Formats: sequence, C-alpha cells, structure tokens
Amino acid sequence: MILRKLQYKAISCLGPGLLSVASRIGKRPGRGSAQGAAHPFGPPLESGRKLREIMSLHYLSGRYADGAVPVAWVTSGFPVEPLRALGFHAVYPENHAAVCSVKRLVPELSAAVERLGYSRELCGYARADLGCAVTGTTPVGRLPRPDLLCCCTNICQTVLYWFRALADRFRVPLAVVDAPFVYGEAKAGHLEYFADQLRGLAETAGGIAGRATDRGALLETVRLSREGSLLWAECLAAGRAVPSPWTGFDAFFHMAPIVALRGTKECNGYYRMLRDELNDRISRGVGGIGNERFRLLWDNLPVWHRLRPLSAVLAENGFNIVCSTYAAAWAEAGAAIDPADPEGSMARAYLNVLLNRDLPYRLSFMKRLCAESGSTGAILHSDRSCKPYSIGQVDLQRRLVSEAGVRTLLLEADHADPRSWSEEQAGHRLAAFMESFE
Amino acid sequence: MSGPASIGVDAGSTTFKAVLVDREGRILASFLEPADPRLEEQAARALDALQAPPGTPVGATGYGRRRIHAARTLTEITCHARGAFSRTGEPGILVDVGGQDTKVVRVGPGGAVLDFSMNDKCAAGTGRFLEVILARLRIPKEEIARYAARSTRPVPVTSTCTVFAESEVVSLVARGEAVEDIVKGLHAALASRVASLVGQVPPGSRVFMSGGVALNPAMVEALSKELSVPVSVVPDPQLVGALGAALSALS
Repeated sequence: MILRKLQYKAISCLGPGLLSVASRIGKRPGRGSAQGAAHPFGPPLESGRKLREIMSLHYLSGRYADGAVPVAWVTSGFPVEPLRALGFHAVYPENHAAVCSVKRLVPELSAAVERLGYSRELCGYARADLGCAVTGTTPVGRLPRPDLLCCCTNICQTVLYWFRALADRFRVPLAVVDAPFVYGEAKAGHLEYFADQLRGLAETAGGIAGRATDRGALLETVRLSREGSLLWAECLAAGRAVPSPWTGFDAFFHMAPIVALRGTKECNGYYRMLRDELNDRISRGVGGIGNERFRLLWDNLPVWHRLRPLSAVLAENGFNIVCSTYAAAWAEAGAAIDPADPEGSMARAYLNVLLNRDLPYRLSFMKRLCAESGSTGAILHSDRSCKPYSIGQVDLQRRLVSEAGVRTLLLEADHADPRSWSEEQAGHRLAAFMESFE
Repeated sequence: MSGPASIGVDAGSTTFKAVLVDREGRILASFLEPADPRLEEQAARALDALQAPPGTPVGATGYGRRRIHAARTLTEITCHARGAFSRTGEPGILVDVGGQDTKVVRVGPGGAVLDFSMNDKCAAGTGRFLEVILARLRIPKEEIARYAARSTRPVPVTSTCTVFAESEVVSLVARGEAVEDIVKGLHAALASRVASLVGQVPPGSRVFMSGGVALNPAMVEALSKELSVPVSVVPDPQLVGALGAALSALS
C-alpha cells in the first residue's frame, strides 16, 4: 500500500518532466513534420505536445493508482467534483474508448463482446470498454481496477446498463446519478432531486475512500471545474476568428482534459496555454488550415477512426470545421458551476448538458454556433451507435436549412466502429456537399 | 451549329456514358456501354467513338471518375443537376435512380444544387433492385414496362431490401401469383422507397427523372402515382450525368 502510494505520487510529480523528455526524443511524425507543398493544414499547434504529455501522464499514473488511492470509473457527464475532493483517481472509459478507436482497436474489442452476445448496435464506446475488460487489451498499458463505478444518465441510458455490466464484472458498487430529461428549462424539483443525489454520492464515495468530504477541497474542485469550462470556452471562442486558428478536428483532441481531467489544476493550466497560443495565432493571422474558404459546424461525436482523412479532404478543398456541438457542450454547462452553491449549481450544470436537453434547445444551440462562427454549412454525423445524439437530426437538418439558411450534410458513420463506415459512399456525399458551395 | 467543345464522361457503376457537346451544350455524339472493369480501355474506346478533336477538354463524373484523365471531376449530383437543367431549363426536384444509388437533388436556378439526399448504404431503392429481381423472373429489360402494363391486380411486395425482396418474389411465384402482377408490385415498392427520399413536394414544383431507370415508363408512372405529381423524364435520361460533366468542362 505504501509502495503503491509512493509510486503513484512519484509518477504524478515526476511524470511531466520525464514525459516531456520522452516526447522530445520519440517524437512521432505528425502534421508538422509531414508538411509538404500541397499540405492543406496550417502549422501544428505547439500545445499538442503538452496535450500528449498530460494525457499520457493521466494514463501512466492510472497504472499505479489502484491500491494507492481510491479509483472510480466515471461517465463523461458525471459530476466528478465530489470524487476529486475525496482524492479519487477518475478513469473515463469513454475517453479510453476514443483512444482505442483512434488506434483502430474497436473491431477486435467489439468482436470479443459480440461473441458474448452483445449487439453490434450497442454504443461503440461501451463495446470497446467491455471488450477491454474482457480481453485485457488496452493501448494505455493498464487501467486501474475500480473501487467504485459512477454513471450519470445525463448523456444516455446506455451508460446505466454498461456500468451495471462493469459492476457485475468487477464486483464493486455502482453509484448512479439519475438525470431527468430537460424539456425547456430544468424544473426546480429536478434540480433538488439531482442535488440530493450528489449529497448521497458524497456519502457513498466517502465510505469507499474512508473519509468524509473536506468542504474546502470540494469548493476548490468546483472552482477549478468552473474555471476549466470557462477556459475551454475561451479556446473555442478563438475558433470564431477568420481564419480560424485551429480546426474542429483539433478541438476534438484538445477536449480530452476538460472531459477526463475536469476540476484539476493540470486541466486549467493546459487550457491557459492553449488559449494563449490560439490568440497568438489569431494576432499573426495563422489558420488551422492553409486556405480557409468555407466554415462549417460539426454535430455529434467525431468519427474518431477517420479524423485524419476527413480533416484532410475538407482542408484540401478549403473547408474548415470551426465549431462543433460536441466540443462546445463541454464549455456550455460547466460554466454554471458556482462555488457559492456547489450541489445546487452542479445539479444545474449537469442536468443541462446538451444530450439531456430537448430538440428545440439543440436547434437553437446549433443556430447560435453557426451565427457566432460564421458557419454557412453543417455536417451532421448520424452516429450509428450513439442514438441519443443522432435522433432528431433529420428534423434539425431540415430546420437549419429553412430557418438559418445553413447548407447541411447528414453523414452516416459511427464514432468508434470503422465497420459502419462506407468510404466510397461517405466520400461521395462529402464531395457533392462541398461542390454545392462552389 | 458550332463545333465540338467538350467531352463529358459518366463512369457509372452499371453503365459507362460519354458525350461530345458543342459550346451551347448540344450533344453531338454519344457513347454508352455496360461498365467495364477495365475502365481506362473503355474510356479510350469512348473517345475514339466520339471522334473528338485532340485536346478537347474532358469532364468526368460517376464512381470511376477519378480514373478518367479529365480536366474536371465532379460528383453525379452536381452533374445531373447541371445536365438536367440544361435540357429542361427549369428548377425543380430531380430524381436520379442509378445502378448503385438513388439521388434526389433540389435543383435551383441555373442548375445549382440547393440540397440533395441519397439512399443509405444498401441497394434498396436503386436500379439494382429491379435488375436483380427481374433477372430472377427472367424478364428482359425491354419487356419490363409491357409486363407491368398487363397487370390487372398488382401484388404488394413489402420488402424493399433487395435480398429479402428476391426471396419474397420467389414465394409469390410459388404461390401462383401472375408474373405481371408481381412486376407491377415491384415497381410500386421501388417507387415508394424513392418517394420517401423525395419527401414532400412543394406545391408548384416540377419533378424530373434522369438515369437509366427513367427509360422504364412503368417506373415513371409508379413514381408519379406515389408522389401524386406528374414526373417528367429529362430527354436522353441516361446521358444527363455525362452532359453535366461536359458542361462543367466547358466552364
């Protein structure tokens, strides 16, 4: 136990220096080094190196977390602040599954659980995560064994069954925070119900951590969480500049800290650096792509396994994704968190996440993002295995066209599973969509 | 009439089309063959047949467009819209039922694409649907419309999935249904699938059809009935994509 604690502490403290050296030595050829005359992107973001460092450190320290500190596996929309205040190391299976998808491991992981009877229609993240649990395969070395599983139904109902399966496998308690769906505005009773569950969570998690919540630590975590969301919002707002200093595809990668390290100093330090770099690029007129002619909104999760080719084909034709509902969702709700009323404000913030809100809100959100960013088109990723995000997109598409004059494309794919991708047909639709702007 | 000005090639999934046009976009010569996997050889054959002067600019479209040596390559969506507009001179809704996919394009003034939708990742609602099933019934292409016209009591075919519809048709035949009635039912099933892509037709909008399937009057009739709007066939419907490609090469 003491050894584990020392290892965990050492990695957490010494890791940044070590990783920084390692990343300089073993620098993989990325966008920067691959640049040629016909390269469609702008210069790569310097912050990218720091991003790799802090995310690598997050997973590296995780290898030594179990036995050293309490470990919780949590859903992306879970109110993580009470856990951080209790000293939990938080693991995000969704973020880990996205890493698996980028590394193209999902077909193999999914096949392992499909053989156990799980449907291919189930969320690609859930299949990847359960596949990791079944096969022990992970691109991050090792995930720490959870002491507690935490899921909040504010992003989908799938997480409930997914985490139940994990609870069954790991034989650990599952803490569920139930989020009533928000039609219009969150009702007072729903906010109260959610806040009550947060108090219960603090008790359950405190029992596992073996201590009571330190109010000061909670207030500090809540403050950091709010600050992190606002900093991420500033980074996204930088994307409105013309040309946009980065692309929406960059933002999909750079959102990892606000998802997996929300409520930590590392997260906020990172976004200060990123914001400053983006603002510097704006002042120098440096764009995310070389020749930005048209600006687009992206709706739904990214197609993780096709990010590079998709971003290249858009950039080659002068199209830049300058905003996305997915990246912006992490900036919107978190800003509501307020240290003056931790439970009440967390209830408001976590009930109001994008996927827990109705279609009229989503439509107005998309219209606002388009207007703010000067986007004249939108790609709506119809995500085969993320039903809550994809339902209603045909209506959203129609209304974006008729009410906001935004050109739209519904692109069928899957955020994690490349088997749902049809290169020829998707490429064809994308080409026709781009031609319609000329 | 002015001389040859550009060539348009539409290397589709089932047929290969090419046209030679003059500066006004009038078709001077055309070429049409079933798609050949040796695409480069087929393209060379087409250029020979069109007898275009050397150096005539080429525009290409269709699934094989990237393998054609062309000054301009564009998707069939843009090309069908341009080609159809040049022949009809009217904005409207263009339905192109192709071999591999079905496209519905809202064509604006000047032939601009305002919006489009396509069938999803299967052959339901495409030309292949009829082709596969009619081959099963051993009905040659040129006989299809005559068969449909003879139907007195169309049999509903509920499956729009090509594979399931094929087995459904086999069971209908086994049940003793008349082939004519099955053929008519198939047209209605395909028309219904295409109509769902078209959606609501705004009052006063014209609906046009292009692509090889538009040569089948039974299909045009079935779609008109399904949409409750008369559907007009663009002249030389199979050549519309190639014509659009040629016009793009002109500009």
